[in-house]
Amino acid sequence: MMTGFWTSMRRDLVLATRHKSEWLTALFFFVMVTNLLPLGVGPEVSLLRKIAPGVLWIGALLSTLLGLQRLFSSDHGDGTLEQMALSPVPLAWLVAGKMVTHWLVCGLPVVLMAPLLGIQFDLPTRSLGILVLSLLLGTPILSAVGALGAALTLGLRGGGALLSLLILPLYIPALIFGAGAVEADLAGISPQGHLSLLGALLVLSVFFSPWVTSLALRIALE
Amino acid sequence: MSNSVINWFKYASPATFYPLAGRLVPWFSGLAVLLIAWGLWIGLFVAPTDAQQSEGYRIIFVHVPASWLSMFIYCVMAFWSALGLAFNTRLSGMLTAALAPTGALFAFLSLWTGALWGKPMWGAWWVWDARLTSQLILFFLYLGFIALQSAIDDPRRADRAGALLALVGVVNIPIIYFSVQWWNTLHQGASVSLTKAPSMAHIMLEGMLIMALGFWSYAIAVVLTRVRCIILERELTSEWVKRNAVD
Repeated sequence: MMTGFWTSMRRDLVLATRHKSEWLTALFFFVMVTNLLPLGVGPEVSLLRKIAPGVLWIGALLSTLLGLQRLFSSDHGDGTLEQMALSPVPLAWLVAGKMVTHWLVCGLPVVLMAPLLGIQFDLPTRSLGILVLSLLLGTPILSAVGALGAALTLGLRGGGALLSLLILPLYIPALIFGAGAVEADLAGISPQGHLSLLGALLVLSVFFSPWVTSLALRIALE
Repeated sequence: MSNSVINWFKYASPATFYPLAGRLVPWFSGLAVLLIAWGLWIGLFVAPTDAQQSEGYRIIFVHVPASWLSMFIYCVMAFWSALGLAFNTRLSGMLTAALAPTGALFAFLSLWTGALWGKPMWGAWWVWDARLTSQLILFFLYLGFIALQSAIDDPRRADRAGALLALVGVVNIPIIYFSVQWWNTLHQGASVSLTKAPSMAHIMLEGMLIMALGFWSYAIAVVLTRVRCIILERELTSEWVKRNAVD
């Protein structure tokens, strides 16, 4: 089972490194969206600091959506996904490998880039740490929940827009607690409660999502 | 002994459910008209004017039952989804598909009447109150479900994918609700408390309950009618539809 997980993960990682545009697009999208906002609302530092947690989190949320559409579609197109479903290795483990890769490719760069963008929004150093921590806990949730949406919309007309319609409402708790942790820290309150809840959401979604996603994939493959 | 066993699955077949639904629809439609007329009469003429909110409060006779139903219908959808996935019954998926538009309608009605009520009471069409926000998200969940179902051509896949989404949604609803509530209490500032006067006049409660029952009957009648259409669409080639195609 674990070999299935590692093989699936390694394969997707190799594919991602060969198509650099995949993860670079997500990363640059994140940078672009967060940098457009000051242009839209004006360069007032106090206002920017206030909206920074929300802006950075929404940027992270939208940029993970970009990679999700491709999570299963190419494997679905060339029939690899069907072979995966037929293989003796539980599909959930293969799906888990894909999710982890998606996080490594679309989530982790965002987490690493976030402090740099946080500086642009004049966040204090301690809040930058909290921001990274909240994104580190939160972006895997986005990958895990998003994979379910990707499986449900696999091969459908207008998959991308549909995917965001299905998934964004389910992202709301992660957004609230993730951005809330940074805001709490900015306001001088301990962000621990938010981070704990984010951790609970992480455990829940990472535990259940591969299983539910594999069910959705089997429905899509029927 | 075997005679006393109830056949739970008798009406799980579209062929037997279709005529049953057809017999039930007129009853529930009639009931809906009577109850809503009665409830509106109580709400608009009998119930006294509220001391604090004057006549504007009367919108709760539509608002509260609509909100109840919008939440309840999502739970019913999740129930039929679970049943459909567990027993692989075709009718469950059809019922879920038939329930979704009515649920979305009530969610929208609840938001809209809420806005109409909020303008004179709070001076704003919309406030980011926890209940309003989670109701809005519920509306989004309905839209997502409808969009997913309508994007899938194969009805079997549409049913099963929709069922999975409805179940995931119903698990998420409490999480979303509490997260929004905590978010709201953290952001407490300009927001206005939604809590109404502690005690409600007996007649007001009565009117609201009658309206709720009327909305229920309306929902049942509409859903059964819609499920009949869905059954006909999907079973168009089957033998029993052809036999009864005349009427």
